[in-house]
Amino acid sequence: MATVKLTVDGVPVEVEAGSTVLKAAEKAGINIPTLCYLEGIHEVGACRVCVVDVGAKALQAACVAPVAEGMKVLTNTPAVRTARKTTVELILSNHPDNCPSCVRNLNCELQALAESLNIRGNRFEGARNEWTPDVSSHSIVRDPNKCILCRRCVSVCEKVQGVQAIGPINRGFNTVIAPAFGELLADSVCVNCGQCILVCPVGALYEKDGIAKTWAALSDPGKHVVVQTAPAVRVALGETQGGEPGEVVTGQMVAGLRRLGFDGVMDTDFTADLTILEEGTELIERLTKGGVLPMITSCSPGWIKFIEHFYPDLLPNLSTCKSPQQMFGALAKTFYAEKKGIDPASIFSVSIMPCTAKKFECERPEMRDSGYQDVDVVLTTRELGRMMKEAGIVLDKLPEEEYDPPMGLTTGAAVIFGATGGVCEAALRTVYEVVTKEPLKDVNFKFCRGLAGVKEAEVDLKGTKVKVAVSHSLSNARKVLDMVRAGNPNGWAFIEVMCCPGGCIGGGGQPIPTNTAIRQKRIDGTYTADERLAIRKSHENPAITAIYKEFLGQPLGHKSHELLHTKYTPRGRYRIRKEKAAD
Amino acid sequence: MRLFRAHVLVCAGTNCSLKSNKAVQDRLVREVERRGLADEIKVVETGCFGLCEQGPTVVVYPEGVLYCRVTPDDVPELVEEHLLKGRRLDRLLYREEVPAAGAAVSAGPKAFQTVPEMNFFRGQVRIVLRNCGIIDPESIEEYIANGGYEALGKAITAMTPAAVVEEVKASGLRGRGGAGFPAGLKWEFAAKAKGDTKYIVCNADEGEPGTFKDRLILEGDPHAIIEGMALAAYAIGATQGYVYIRGEYGLSIDRLQKAINRAKEMKLLGRGIFGSKFDFDIEIRTGAGAYICGEETALFESLEGGRGEPRLKPPYPTDSGLFGKPTAINNVETLASVAQIIANGAKWYRGFGTERSPGTKVFTLTGDIVNEGLIEVPMGITLREIIFGIGGGVPNGRSFKMAQSGGTSGGCLPAALLDVPMDYDELAKAGAALGSGALLIMDDTHCIVDIARVFARFFMHESCGKCVPCREGTFRLHEFVENATKGKATPQDLQTVHALARTMALASLCPLGQAAPVPLLSTLQYFRDEYDQHINEKRCPTGTCRGLATPAKALSAAGKGA
Repeated sequence: MATVKLTVDGVPVEVEAGSTVLKAAEKAGINIPTLCYLEGIHEVGACRVCVVDVGAKALQAACVAPVAEGMKVLTNTPAVRTARKTTVELILSNHPDNCPSCVRNLNCELQALAESLNIRGNRFEGARNEWTPDVSSHSIVRDPNKCILCRRCVSVCEKVQGVQAIGPINRGFNTVIAPAFGELLADSVCVNCGQCILVCPVGALYEKDGIAKTWAALSDPGKHVVVQTAPAVRVALGETQGGEPGEVVTGQMVAGLRRLGFDGVMDTDFTADLTILEEGTELIERLTKGGVLPMITSCSPGWIKFIEHFYPDLLPNLSTCKSPQQMFGALAKTFYAEKKGIDPASIFSVSIMPCTAKKFECERPEMRDSGYQDVDVVLTTRELGRMMKEAGIVLDKLPEEEYDPPMGLTTGAAVIFGATGGVCEAALRTVYEVVTKEPLKDVNFKFCRGLAGVKEAEVDLKGTKVKVAVSHSLSNARKVLDMVRAGNPNGWAFIEVMCCPGGCIGGGGQPIPTNTAIRQKRIDGTYTADERLAIRKSHENPAITAIYKEFLGQPLGHKSHELLHTKYTPRGRYRIRKEKAAD
Repeated sequence: MRLFRAHVLVCAGTNCSLKSNKAVQDRLVREVERRGLADEIKVVETGCFGLCEQGPTVVVYPEGVLYCRVTPDDVPELVEEHLLKGRRLDRLLYREEVPAAGAAVSAGPKAFQTVPEMNFFRGQVRIVLRNCGIIDPESIEEYIANGGYEALGKAITAMTPAAVVEEVKASGLRGRGGAGFPAGLKWEFAAKAKGDTKYIVCNADEGEPGTFKDRLILEGDPHAIIEGMALAAYAIGATQGYVYIRGEYGLSIDRLQKAINRAKEMKLLGRGIFGSKFDFDIEIRTGAGAYICGEETALFESLEGGRGEPRLKPPYPTDSGLFGKPTAINNVETLASVAQIIANGAKWYRGFGTERSPGTKVFTLTGDIVNEGLIEVPMGITLREIIFGIGGGVPNGRSFKMAQSGGTSGGCLPAALLDVPMDYDELAKAGAALGSGALLIMDDTHCIVDIARVFARFFMHESCGKCVPCREGTFRLHEFVENATKGKATPQDLQTVHALARTMALASLCPLGQAAPVPLLSTLQYFRDEYDQHINEKRCPTGTCRGLATPAKALSAAGKGA
């Protein structure tokens, strides 16, 4: 690789040709502030905070300016300092001053930037934009008043997720990020994944609040409040209290939830195991009885809305299994209520999810098979962190406690649902043993793991060869679905699709920041948790055996169909206007 | 070919068509027929003649007599007097005050008998406009008869593409869209760029307020653009060209499309042009009129179907332009100059203009000037010669206050700079720009702060919103100037706005934001007193800014502003 020699503030540095000035400065040990820059995803040089003097007529944005041989970069001249400061003051002049009550207070990139540039006061007091926040979505709130128009959300939606739900509307000072034609998010193709929230540097995007309803239920003596925790929450919740990404805090989290006042603290992992039994059986049926193949997983609600919008012709390929959250919800107000002798009407069902799309999922009209709304409130990992903070709960100081029966006993197969490839690996652990009737020598299907966009392999079930594929992030889902549409040339029988990059551990409800390095640490934590568990195959979970015996009968049985399976809704890409529909 | 005793040329440019030129033309045709003169006299619809203020204009050849502000009701008399009896119709002749340059005293208006006598034309050198107002723009035959497509034929049959590039380089032709980048160099970069598919794009977005040269060139001589683009395509190795033109330019689009169709019929576009292996076709794409889409990379975005916003440079268009392919993008006027350069040679072209800015430049004169319209002059001519010679001076007995050169993003030149030579480098030194060739003249009734407010509002409206310094800066800049016109600005604000302007100029992503503070900075430089009066004394010397104190003397003088 050819290299280029240059100086940054007089420090000589040699970098690869084609590198940016920002990278060169980094190598020279010089920090250049950035704001809109998001490596690999959003490199547009639009905020102009990272401007430097490279000897050209105008200052250049270091995040995108390519290095050149002999270039003399100056990052700390009066012109550069003035430009940066003025630029940030301009941003602040059209940004609310209510930091203390902002959801991103003390975790805000603009705040940090203003601090680092030593900004005290603002020379540009004047008119500001006043927008009405978009609260139409069950999952995501958009507050354009706080938006600084960096457009990271636009890029992540387009490039990482391939959705393109939002973009810039209007021009100049009146520019606003919104769905096309200024429509509401709820009426758009937004899949509610919340990746936009993760990349928002400020508080312009955040989850729809579930905390108020949860506190209300917890303080209502007439309510029996149950809670379930998704696999990916346990490897990220610690971050909300300054812990290391990937640190497994399952026991402390359970203890903390009890201290918050939940009456039943149980685990979504239980229904993840159940999903493996139902979905594994469904796969075997489709393989042996000639059903629609490839069968595609259905745990990820952002992914479900995506296929409903963009690939409705492939809906028959989806497994009919509900997501583990919704299986849990349906069972909480039937099986659990029955077992505990509680009136299901008095059960309030909360789930803690790494996900914002789950908030939409629990409101879907078909998710009421118990006779009630199966899951009442979904809280993100971040929201749980906020509740614990509010309640003075410090995870580090809590003992490790166990989940409550009957839906608290789980396996390693369920834990790895949180990472990309986990569902596929868990399914293979069970399907292999069910089909071959032989124990696996090694339960680790390592091809499923890691951050490659699309992973595929052929698994030999003692003569029966099954080809499987795994994808995460919806732009990768597009690649896989386009192949399926093109006749499935690779002959896949089973595909795992997860909406978010890295799987649920990288979900839109996870602590901020969430980036590639942090995703990897959470994935590592996930497999550590898997290895720590005694049982690592779903079909070996005694609580699963028990629920089939006591309540469900058998996988794909009558009761399963009633409570654990669902249907999908083709949506198309454009909203059919009500006025038109009435014609 | 039929011969006629006289040709009657009716201007059919947009400006004249706003003044019922069509009715004049129809009446002329009817009147000529009624009197049985149809075999002797031909009525021709032409492109813009340049004297837009005086329109609708009619020129009668062979004498070259110009009639101004002709109404349909004037037509019977005009035909009777001039075409039948051979007497000039004095009352419709072009009249002009003929003062010594800059002086206010006049001997009374003089009536000019023929076009060549007029000051308006005497100072002009028409290379780009050579056919405008002369030929029927919808007739490819007339274009060819006047030497059209000879240059293309010469290039394709007798020159290598590299030779075409060399000729244009040698001519010193610089981009007429505003930036002044050498056209030949641009073509050389595009020709040498790696890639099989290359494009030539004609930038006909012409967004600078007060500029309408590209429109009138396209309307008056569309084949010159086609020929220029074909030459460019041949030079760089492109087979497809696009003309990006604002949707408001209905007549330009219409005439250009007709011209493309005719050129295809005549095999001057399409496959195997002039029997060679050179294929070239042109497609018109229309824009919605955003100012930013005149910036080349934003133009590509828009042309590709996206939101019109500038891209980062590098990569430059000659490496990665339209659809990511090497692209040469040139302004209408630049392309319209090319055929003449190839036909007559670089040396001929260098015979006009200055060493560093060779050739001619088309200007549009607007504002407080007698001859509002379109002119073409050699580079390096002074502002004074344009305004007081060709332009006929400032009307209504007022005195000259300032001229804004280069459109809204250009600087404002005070009377002290009237002798600045109009070329790229001299204007840049004066803090202004040649830019698109717009010349907006203002007399002494105008308030400079109020004018700056109008410019600031324009940029606030046209900022695309992508980068912070421009998006937020244009808004704050406007806020400041508006406050100044209301007496609400403070001396502290003036300091702040200087820092803001500096940041916008240095740190904005594209030329729009970088240029947005230019009118403010240049008016501050040359008319600081007037700002101080608004800010410190809360008074507006011209009485334009309502709500501010107005000196009694100004009140009587400021008929126009208040």
